[in-house]
Parts: sequence; structure tokens; C-alpha cells
Amino acid sequence: MISNPFMAPATNPAAPELDEDQLLHVSLGPQHPSTHGVFRMNVVLDGETVVSLKPVFGYLHRNHEKIAEAVTYLSSMPFTDRLDYICPLTNNWAYARAVEQLAGIEVPERAEFIRVITAELTRLINHTAFVGFFLGDMGAWGSALMYAFREREKILDLFEDLTGARMMSNFMRFGGCRNDLPAGWAARASELVNGFPRFLDELENLIIGNEVLLARTQNVGALPKEALINGGITGPMLRAAGVAYDIRKAEPYGIYERFEFRVPLGETGDCYDRLMIRFLELRESLAILRQALAQLPDGPYINPKSKVRNFKPPVGEAYARIEGPKGELGFHLISDGSVNPFRYRIRPPSFINLTLIEDMCLGLDLADVVVILGSVDIVLGEVDR
Amino acid sequence: MAIDPKLAEDLKSQGVHVTSFESLINWGRASSLWPLQFGLACCAIEMIAATMAKYDMARFGAEVFRPSPRQADLMIVAGTVTKKMAPQVVRLYNQMAEPKYVIAMGACAISGGPFKDGYNVLKGIDRFIPVDVSIPGCPPRPEALLHGLITLREQIAKEKLLGRTRARHADPNAGAELPVPTFGPHDLEPTFNPDLWNPPAITRHASES
Repeated sequence: MISNPFMAPATNPAAPELDEDQLLHVSLGPQHPSTHGVFRMNVVLDGETVVSLKPVFGYLHRNHEKIAEAVTYLSSMPFTDRLDYICPLTNNWAYARAVEQLAGIEVPERAEFIRVITAELTRLINHTAFVGFFLGDMGAWGSALMYAFREREKILDLFEDLTGARMMSNFMRFGGCRNDLPAGWAARASELVNGFPRFLDELENLIIGNEVLLARTQNVGALPKEALINGGITGPMLRAAGVAYDIRKAEPYGIYERFEFRVPLGETGDCYDRLMIRFLELRESLAILRQALAQLPDGPYINPKSKVRNFKPPVGEAYARIEGPKGELGFHLISDGSVNPFRYRIRPPSFINLTLIEDMCLGLDLADVVVILGSVDIVLGEVDR
Repeated sequence: MAIDPKLAEDLKSQGVHVTSFESLINWGRASSLWPLQFGLACCAIEMIAATMAKYDMARFGAEVFRPSPRQADLMIVAGTVTKKMAPQVVRLYNQMAEPKYVIAMGACAISGGPFKDGYNVLKGIDRFIPVDVSIPGCPPRPEALLHGLITLREQIAKEKLLGRTRARHADPNAGAELPVPTFGPHDLEPTFNPDLWNPPAITRHASES
């Protein structure tokens, strides 16, 4: 197991008093209703208590990085949709930023606004779907998810009008976006943004005071701040523990400096805080959306100098990152001056947030493992790539 | 024995329904398909969306997703099947009770889709399990999944339970289990099930050099 100085020695699975004959080995997954896809955990139980947990990855390893090295830069854009398939537009943006940094392409102002609007709408989708799936993991299968997907469909209708596809948008281009906003799109988006707080109130009232929810999530799966920082955890999981780190504030990219928004923080970092931080972030996203939709300027939606055919960035390397809905999403590209990248590497937030799963679960019950895994908010397409 | 359709119509108006035992069984089977709750990749999100309020798969009697293969009739292979996952998919199929049906949802499950060039991606689940309906798309829209479900229901309604052309699950001599491939050092072993899938014959023309 990982030796972690922050972990209490009482939870060490190698403790000598455990009788090997009495331990129960359980393989959770790859086909399991609560593993969010095809993730597998080999859990060793002493009675009901977890004494060891080994994650097994690779059931959805689709060779995205290797394929990307064989195709042109733009051909990788549709593959980035399929990384974190709940929020394709933020993946598009992170990849487009990496290539723009590599080739030194300027992005026009209107394109930046469109990118911010689509990215924040994507965050709305991700966080509402998270709440639904998280409640499903605790046994409330259906009702919370029904509400979340009802709102998701409204946002997907907007995306469909803008990009032509419900999920796999393939929308960003190097130096801007593929097409301009259709007529009346911004007005409809404003309407959705104005109606969204009402839905949030409804959803919060539905679940927050529930005693079962409080009992299942409070004081479950908390780790000290230092352990999270050392583990490279980012995104809502880190902020739930009270660390003020949001790339939109720490290293503003795009036009995020122009908007006023707050970074919500949790206190203890348990599963309850991780749930609540999503609700607070949803409200901040709505604030950004309101400002962006009100200030939307005219102008070109793509840099007219950007080249599509025979696009060859200069020799060099670039790492660009954005604050994705799940955490820091980064792309590292190495160019050798040819039409395809020499090395293409993704820094996936779900995968790195998952690395501390054993430390969070040790000493708890098996039923808590499912809740903790749900609170990490993983998507297997991004974990296994 | 066929019933005179006019007589059946007359009886129906008086509240007497005349049908064959076969159609009754097929009607029951087609109207209450319980899918296996089993998502592999992106298509699973659209599968979930199809069961939710807007598309409401419950209208077609297929909303009871069962996490256990023992209780399921329909396997929706929703997403990319990798070579590491393929043995588990075949094992799940073997664990389902007859009659069982398979829908291959999305380009990946049909042929490997956009990830076909990957070294770890199975180029179509029909190499290992019999597929009844294939739904193209990447991912297919929820409406496409509903259309695939309706197509499957039509197929089930036409199934024969007796005779030479009877369905596989009505044949006592049909094999109960499919061989499960193993995750070998280079590829799956075997790479396909020859009873179900044959590689297309490649004819090479001699080059005129």
C-alpha cells in the first residue's frame, strides 16, 4: 500500500492482529451499478471494515494518446470529446489552448466569450449530473437523477443548436470556435440561466435536509489538507477541504479576470462538503454566465489567420491547463514541427483525484466505499483514456 | 392452425380474444424487457438519458434496469469494448438467463468506431456474442435507442418457438454457454468466436509489376 505520513497507523492493513483466514476479498466491479462505468476495486474486508483497497484500471483504455500521435492536430479534437464525456466542451477548450500556446495563435474576444459561456454551461451539466449520480450511489436511484437530467436536456438543446450534437460537440478550433452563435441563442441561454436558480432551490430542498444523506456523508472520507495537496488533488475535492485553489483565479486564462465570482470553500472535506461545494459552485457559474451573456461583444468568432490545412506548429512544447468541472485538466504537447504531435499527454483530473481512494476508504465500511467513490466524481473515459 | 381473421375480428368485438400461444408468449416477452444495468462508455450516458423523464423508455416496458445479469433479458452494449473488458462482457452474457437479447449501441460496440486503430480496442462485440440489433451513431441519440428497442420488439414478436426455424433459446440442442476469451499476452485468445463471426475474405489481386 501507499505509505502516507498523514495516515493514522491504526488503519494500516499490515497490522499484525488481522487473521488472514478471516478476511474477505471482494472484487467490486468492473460491472457494478455504482462504479460509474468499468472501474474495479479489489477490497479486503475484516468483517464490514475495509482493510485494503486496490484499484484496477484499464477496462476502458482506448489508446487516445497513442492514436493522437498518429493523426493531425485537429483530428484529435473529436477524441477529446470522448475523454470526459459528460463535459466535452471543457476538454475541447483545454486542448485548443494547448495548441494555441504551442503555435502562438491569438483568440478573438468574442470567441473567448463563447468559450467561457459554453464551459460554464458544461459545468452546470457536470455538477447537476454529479448530484444525481451521487444520490443514486446512496440508494436514491432515480429521483434526484431525474431532476438533474431534466435540466441537462435543456442545456443539451442549447448545445445541439450551437454545435450540432448533443454530447460530442467537436466545437473549438485553434484560434476560436467552429461557428458563431445562432440567432437568438444568447437570449435563450439567458432565459435558461435565469430559470436555473429556481431548479437549484428545488433540488437543494429535496435532498439537503435528508437525515439519511447526512448520516451517510458527514464525516465520511475526509483527508487532511496536506495529504490532498501532496496527492495532487484539484478541483471541487480540494476546495471542499478548504484550500483556495481555483485555476480561474490562481492563473487566470481566457477572460476570467473580467468576471466577478467567488471561490466557495468547504471546511472538513468530507463527502457532505464535496456535495455542497458543487451546489455553491453552480451558483457562481450562474453569476459568470450572467455577466458573460450581458457583455457578449461583436466581432469574429475565429482568428481569420488560423490555418486548417497543413497546420504545422513550430518545434517546442506546451502545457496548457484549465479549471475543468472535475479539476485541473491539462494537455502537454511536444511538437517536432510535423503535422502530428510527437508526444501528446493528458493530465486528467478524475484519474489523479482517484489516486487517494484507498487512504480515504481505510477503516470505513464497505457501504462507504461506494459513497466516497461517488464523491470523487470520476468519468472512466478520462481515467483510463 | 390459422384462425379465420374475420372470425377473430367478430369475436374481438364481443370481448373474446383468439390468438396463438406463440404470439401470446412473444407479446409478453417483447413488452417487458429488463435491460442489464451495464454501461461501458459515452453511450451509457445517452442510455441513462433515454430512461429519464424526456425520453422515458418506460413507455416501452424496458425501464427496469437490473444490476444482476441473472435477472436481465436484454444486454445493451453501450460503449467501447476493450480487450480487457471483452471477457467480462461474454461472461455477463453467459450468466443471463434465456431468452436473452443483445443491442450493440454505438459505433464502438459495432466495429470499434473512432477508436478502431487502438491496440486495446475490440473491433466489434459481434465477434464474441450474437447481436440482435445494432444502433449506429457516436453516440446514438436516445431516440435512436428507442428505435432500436422497437426494432427488437418487432423481431421478438416474429420469433418461432417450434419447428425448424425456431429461435435459438427454444432449441434444446443449442449450446448453453459461449466460450469466454482470455486476455492473452498479445491479443484476446481466441481473437473471435468462429461459430458467430467469420472474418471477411480478403482477395488480393496480383500486382502487375
